[in-house]
This record gives sequence, C-alpha cells and structure tokens, in this order.
Amino acid sequence: VAGGDAEKAFNEAEVRVKERIVQQRLLPTAMECRAAVASYNKGSGQLTLWVTSQNPHIHRFLCSVMLNLPEHRIRIISPEVGGGFGSKIPAYPDEALVSLAAMDLGRPVKWAEDRSENYKATIHGRDHIQYVELCGTRDGKITGLRTKVYAGLGGYASTAAPGIPTILHGLVYSGAYTIPNIHGTIYGVYTAGTPVDAYRGAGRPEAAYLIERLVDLLAREIGMDPVEIRRKNFIPADKFPYTTVTGLTYDSGNYPAAMDKALGILDYPAFRQQQAEARQQNRYLGVGVVSYIEICGLGPSQVAGAVGFGGGLYDSAIVRVFPTGVVRVYIGGKPHGQGEETTFAQIVAEEFGYPVENIQIVAGDTETTPQGWGTYGSRTTAVCGSAVKVAAQRVKEKAKKIAAHLMEANEEDIEWNDGKFTVRGSPDQFKTFAEAALMANLAWNMPAGVEPGLEATAFFDPSNFVYPFGTHLCTVEVDIETGQVHILRYIAVDDCGPPINPMIVDGQVHGGVVQGLGEALQEIAVYDESGQLLTGTMMDYAVPKASQMPHIETAHTITPSPVNPLGVKGVGEAGTIASAACVVNAVCDALAPFGIKHIDKPLTPARVWAAIQAGKRGSRAAGQNGKETRT
Amino acid sequence: MIPTSFDYVRAESLKDALKALSFGDGSKAIAGGHSLLPIMKFRLAQPPRLVDISRLEELKGVEEKGRGARIGAGTTYRELLDSEWLHQRFPLLTEATETIGDLQVRNRGTIGGSLAHADPVSDMPAVMLALDATFNLRSKRGKRSVKAREFFQGAFTTALAEDELLTEIILPPLPAGTGSCYLSHDHPASGYAIAAAATVVARKRKAVSYAVAALTGVGDMAYLVKSMEGLIGTEGDETSVAQAAAGATAGIEVNGDIHAPAEYRRHLATVITRRALEIALERAP
Repeated sequence: VAGGDAEKAFNEAEVRVKERIVQQRLLPTAMECRAAVASYNKGSGQLTLWVTSQNPHIHRFLCSVMLNLPEHRIRIISPEVGGGFGSKIPAYPDEALVSLAAMDLGRPVKWAEDRSENYKATIHGRDHIQYVELCGTRDGKITGLRTKVYAGLGGYASTAAPGIPTILHGLVYSGAYTIPNIHGTIYGVYTAGTPVDAYRGAGRPEAAYLIERLVDLLAREIGMDPVEIRRKNFIPADKFPYTTVTGLTYDSGNYPAAMDKALGILDYPAFRQQQAEARQQNRYLGVGVVSYIEICGLGPSQVAGAVGFGGGLYDSAIVRVFPTGVVRVYIGGKPHGQGEETTFAQIVAEEFGYPVENIQIVAGDTETTPQGWGTYGSRTTAVCGSAVKVAAQRVKEKAKKIAAHLMEANEEDIEWNDGKFTVRGSPDQFKTFAEAALMANLAWNMPAGVEPGLEATAFFDPSNFVYPFGTHLCTVEVDIETGQVHILRYIAVDDCGPPINPMIVDGQVHGGVVQGLGEALQEIAVYDESGQLLTGTMMDYAVPKASQMPHIETAHTITPSPVNPLGVKGVGEAGTIASAACVVNAVCDALAPFGIKHIDKPLTPARVWAAIQAGKRGSRAAGQNGKETRT
Repeated sequence: MIPTSFDYVRAESLKDALKALSFGDGSKAIAGGHSLLPIMKFRLAQPPRLVDISRLEELKGVEEKGRGARIGAGTTYRELLDSEWLHQRFPLLTEATETIGDLQVRNRGTIGGSLAHADPVSDMPAVMLALDATFNLRSKRGKRSVKAREFFQGAFTTALAEDELLTEIILPPLPAGTGSCYLSHDHPASGYAIAAAATVVARKRKAVSYAVAALTGVGDMAYLVKSMEGLIGTEGDETSVAQAAAGATAGIEVNGDIHAPAEYRRHLATVITRRALEIALERAP
C-alpha cells in the first residue's frame, strides 16, 4: 500500500513515533460450533448439504469445485447457525468429507464439532505483528504513516484469508485523518497454527488499532491532548466524498460531530479534572478516545474483481406477493444473528404500507433464494437490504399501475398517501396495496399489456463501499497493585446512516463492543512450543461474560450514504473495530505517570502489573512480560 | 469430549456406597459431578465404575454441633447458601461459596466433592484450613477423623484411601470477636482462583488475638500462611498487616502458567492476603 512519499515525509518530519504492536490470535467462538449433514440421492445425483454457513451460495460454488459436482446438483441449506463472527464464511474440508461420505454410502451423514475441536480447527482471527510509525509536525499535524506488518495465515490459506490483511486492512490506513503520505508493507506468513481468516472486523480492527494507538503516541510525544490532535487531523466534513492517498473514496462523514457528541456525554473536561484529583490520592484513572472509520458494505463487484476477490459482491432479493397480499422475500444474504429478518421486513412494510407481520424473510436455502454473496463485512443491510428496497419498489410500481386501472384513473394521477394509493384531487377514492396485489394474482381485470402476478427480483451492486465512523470513549481505573483494569464508563457514538431499527443497531453495537473488550482485556489463543493449543477450552480461553462487562452507553449521529437507496452503512463490526483500541488507549493514559506508552493486549492483570513494574524501573520493556502466541 | 465407557451404580444407602467402593477396582464416588465428569470427558480420569452418592440423605444437611457445625459432605453449595444459620455463624464459608462457579454449578456441586477432589485452585480447601475443619471419613473397614490441615497432601491428592468416603465436615466454634474475609482474584474464563485468601482474625480489646490466613490457587495445594503469628498482639495496623502478608508465599513453590507467571502470582498472593486481612479486621467487632 502506498500513497504520497512516506520516506520523504519521515526524513523531513519534526516528530516521529513508532511502536511494535502484537495483535494476538483470537478464537471467534460462535455460540454454536460448526456442523453439517449431507444427503445424496444416487438416482438423481442430487446432493443436499445442511451446513452452518454465512454464505450458502459461496458454499454451493466451492462445494461444486471440491466435489466435482455441477452446481445445479447441489442444494445448500444453512439454517439458524448459532452465530458466526466470520468463522462460518470459509469452506472447510469437513463439509466436503461429509458430502463425500454421503455420496459413497448413499446414506445421510452427519458431523458436528465439539468446542475443543472448534477451537482447534475452525479458523482463528487477527495474529499480526506490526512495526508501525507515524510522523508529524510539532503542532500536531500528521504527515506520514509507515507500517511493516507480518500477518499470520496459519498453516493453510483459508477461503478469504489473503483479503483480510490487505484489502480490508492496508487500504484503510488513513483512518479518519488526512494523512498525505502512507506506506505499508504487509507480509502474509504461513505459520504452524490453525488457519487465520475473517473474524468480526477482519483487518479493520487491526488497522484502526494501530492508527489510533499511533495518534495517541504522537499526542503524548508533543504534549497535545488526544482529542485535539484528532480534531486537528480529521478529514473536514465538507470534503466528502474524500479520496485517501491509498485510493479509497470515503462516501460521506462528519467526524467532528460524532466526537463532540461523545465528549458531551462524558463531560470530558470534568473527567480530566477527576483524573487529576484521583492521582493526588494515588488512584490511576484514564480515558481512551478512538475515532474510527471502517470500510464495509462490500462492495462494488467491479472492485472485487480488480483486487482479486474470487467472487462478486452484489446481493439480491425476490419480493413475492401472494394473492391475499402477504409477502415473502427471498434474499441472497444469510443473516445469522444480525436481525435482518426484522430489518428487511420493516423496509418492505414501509414501502407497502403494511405491518411487519405481513412480511416473511427467507434466507439460507440456495434452492429458493437468488444468487447472493452472503453475510459478512457489515454488508447485508447496505447491499442486500438495498436489493430488497429496489425489488419492493418494482413491485409497488406494478401495483400502482393496477390500482390506477381499478380506479379508472391515469397512472400519473396516482399518489401514495398514508399507506394507500389515492387519486389526485379525489381523496376518498383509494386502493390499498393488498387490493392491488389480489387483482394482480387473480388477473381478472388487468391494465392492457401488464402481466399477471406480483413479484420482482433485484440484484443490487453498489457504486462504492460505505464508510461508517464514530467516536468511542472509555474511562478506566487501574488497580496498580493487582494490575486489574476496571472500566468505569463506555460511550459509543456510531454513525451508520439512518438506522432502520434502532434497537437492533444498538444491539449490534453492544455485541461488537463486548467482543472488542474481550480482545482488549482477556482473550488470547496460546500455543506451546510443540504446537499444542493451550487455550483449547472455555476454561482457558476467556470469552467475556455478561457479569464482566460494563454498561455500554450508545448514541448516534446520522450521516446518510449516497451509495445506496437506504442511505445506510453497516454497523455489525463497528463496535469491535473501535473498542479494543479505546480500552488500551485509556489504560495507557491512566498509566502515563509510570512512563507507559504501550502495552500489548490483552491487558490481563499480569501484563499490566508487569508493565507497571517495568515502568517503575524506567525500562522500555513494559508490556512484554505476557507470553505471546507462538505460531 | 467423550469419556471411555464405564459402569454406573446408584448407592441406595451409605452402607451400599461403602461396599461398592471397597473392591479396589478403581471405582470413584460421584455426587455433583462438576469436577469428575469434565476430567473424564478429557480422559484424564478413566474410572471403570462410578458410584453415585448424590441421593444419599445421610450425606446431606447443615446442623449445629457443639457451638460449631456439622455439614454433610453431599450438601450442595446452594444448600449451604440457603442456611441463614450457617451464614450467621460462619460468614467466611458463605462468602467463599458465593464465588463458586455459577448458579448451575452451585445447584449441583457439593462441598465434599470439591474437598475430596482437592483441585489446587478450588476455593473450599482454603476455607477449611482457615476454619480448622475436621473431616470424618468412612469405609467398609471403619471410620476415622482427619484434620483438614493434614487432609490435603498435594495437587488432587488427599488422605482419602481408595475405599474411603468423606462423609462429614466438622467446623469448630470460632473465637469470640471474629472477623473473616474470602477474597479471590479469579481467572476470567474458568472462574477459578489465580490467588485467593481466606482470613479469620479476632481482637481482644484492641489487640489482635487470633489470625489465620489460608491461600489457594498459589501453590500445588491450599496452605496456611505461616507468618500470621506476627500479627498477634499487634493492633492490626497497616504496617503489621503488611508485614504479616509479606510472608504469604514463604516456603511455597508458586505456580506459573500462561495466565499468571509465578512472579506475578507471588506478588498477587501478598496483595490478596493483605487486603483480606484488612477487611477481616474491619469486620472484627
């Protein structure tokens, strides 16, 4: 990744900061492990594979290659899968073996992994070692960013693995800032461990973390407040669409607005005063600020082709209206906990003037759903939701023609008022959507040249990615005797465009933040020297529990995206992208009196305590006491 | 995660159970199963036969005995927490019990099961050391009593013979004017102690007249801290407490693992001991 002249920028810079950052290996830990059932009809040559998949159409294609079966002989059914977090994107050998066994035996074959198998054999996440540098002026203007990143891939390249540290990582190095010179070198490294692939955030948390840590380090170096340095370097709200030197064009944004909102909720100056007072009593409080951006709503298929992604990135929907007017929508995406069954029903309900109960969303069965590319990368509402919207609009256009015909009015005179088709100038004359739907399905009395039936298919391919953003703030107190980090407040201000279902949006933020807090504080996959996974069960791998998590305060700014008809951006990964860096920034702020600038996550009490001891000794080795993943 | 095959018998009486355990065939008693079943699933234990003692009424219940308590070994944590009397008399025991596992674990797990299992990171052994409990053991051969302070012999190793069952826990009365505290620094995943301290102190007039601290999670078994004698006769002031706590790991080989290197755990043991003493002293009337 390169843009501008980073070498020149660093040579001429007034200030430079650098750090070695370890992004530890993580275990995605979907609540339900992977499973597959294959059934093969030897007579028809038809294979049905029930499999825990985030993207059944990709599975159909990959199974066709792996099994040497034509695609039309394969039916993939992905039912409720118990969460994914990226771990159910890849095609795994297990599913192919289950299929081959079923084909060989002519009988159904079932396989399900248990948790210890899941931890050993289902993909892992993150696993970077990053050498990163930032340079700027004494008054806080960032002039360059340089990285050398070793991204562990594990023993084999998993399905989407090469795209994670490259397309979804290196390209977003500019973050929320105008950085004129960027140079990143990323090495994919095969290691003796489980393959690493997409895990919630996938490449973007690893980028946001290094940028946000570096910005704090630069602020510390020049004695500037972390809020002020961010404000000084934000891409201004009037500069969108904004093209970064890495070649991405950010669709829309207003970064200072999100930050100001978060600062207001916290009362930042009051906290700084509280922090100063606490230090008088040898108590160590800190605040972390993170202003993230992310790339999601993946994305234009043309770009997917250009960057070497092996599939398309459009998505699809069929909106089918039954004679009684109720609606079933078949989608190419595969929600697995994100609530799009509700969100998409709302999109259609609003279009047709219906209660949501009239709409049913069907996903996950390749036999009934149109070709799509699955649910990951916070893309489903922005891309597949837009396909739903477009298909619903097409259906409504036809219904309008029929309504006009039934009311013996010109189509041009038909208006949509209060959930009904009305005729301009005669407000008591109306037809509901359901009445038009009935006639479309009966076809007794149709306008000339209009086909019977009422359904439409849409394939939506966005013109650009979407770039959600926000500011998260976190305050902590560190028990310097035990090294225990206590989160006092966690404030998340996210901008994902106009929320369709605010409760679901907040739910996604909550889940994302918690997953990032686990990463920041307690999750790490550890192998021993002989390649044994030491964190092979939930007794050793510390998935966050509800009782360990703080209250999460959510708020939003709303900046619509111009690249899709809903104006929405993704929100499934935002929390994870922001929160790990936010906590580490807060802890490093709290421990600044010990000269601590960086501690590698997870900030376990043992690591934090060791960093404090090193800090007290004036050593630079702060944070290196904890054992690292060796793969 | 699938155990090797094993036989299962449910004991209908204590006599029944003792007979079933008397054949020297490696049979293991099972009550709540919260320690045994997981290690069987990992095949770290492969007993040929399980003797289920979970329904034996003879092993259940909490009652006053002398001015102390008798607790049946098969009493679940939930049942311990339900005893208001036990809480009044031995608040240390209920404070520790509240930190054990989660609701489901406390509903099934038994105090005797935990003690007989003698996991070096479990809570109950330290509590028993601090309260100077006595364990009554039974076998087909007869009965005997062993002090908790002699019962634990190493990681997962106790004075129990293969044919013996822990049947009762006897808690002697605490000195007058006692305060106690159970303080645990837990591993975030397992919930087991990285280091935990059980402290019991008493004051006469202003001076500390009684002080014990027992630690778990630190070495290969729970142990009594030797340096507590130094606290007796002091006023329990900051310096005296810190000095007593400083000896928390003296003579102990401290565990180190991926969660807590030995150096950290040694330090943590001292901090936890000091804090648990401070709280116990505040609670001592």
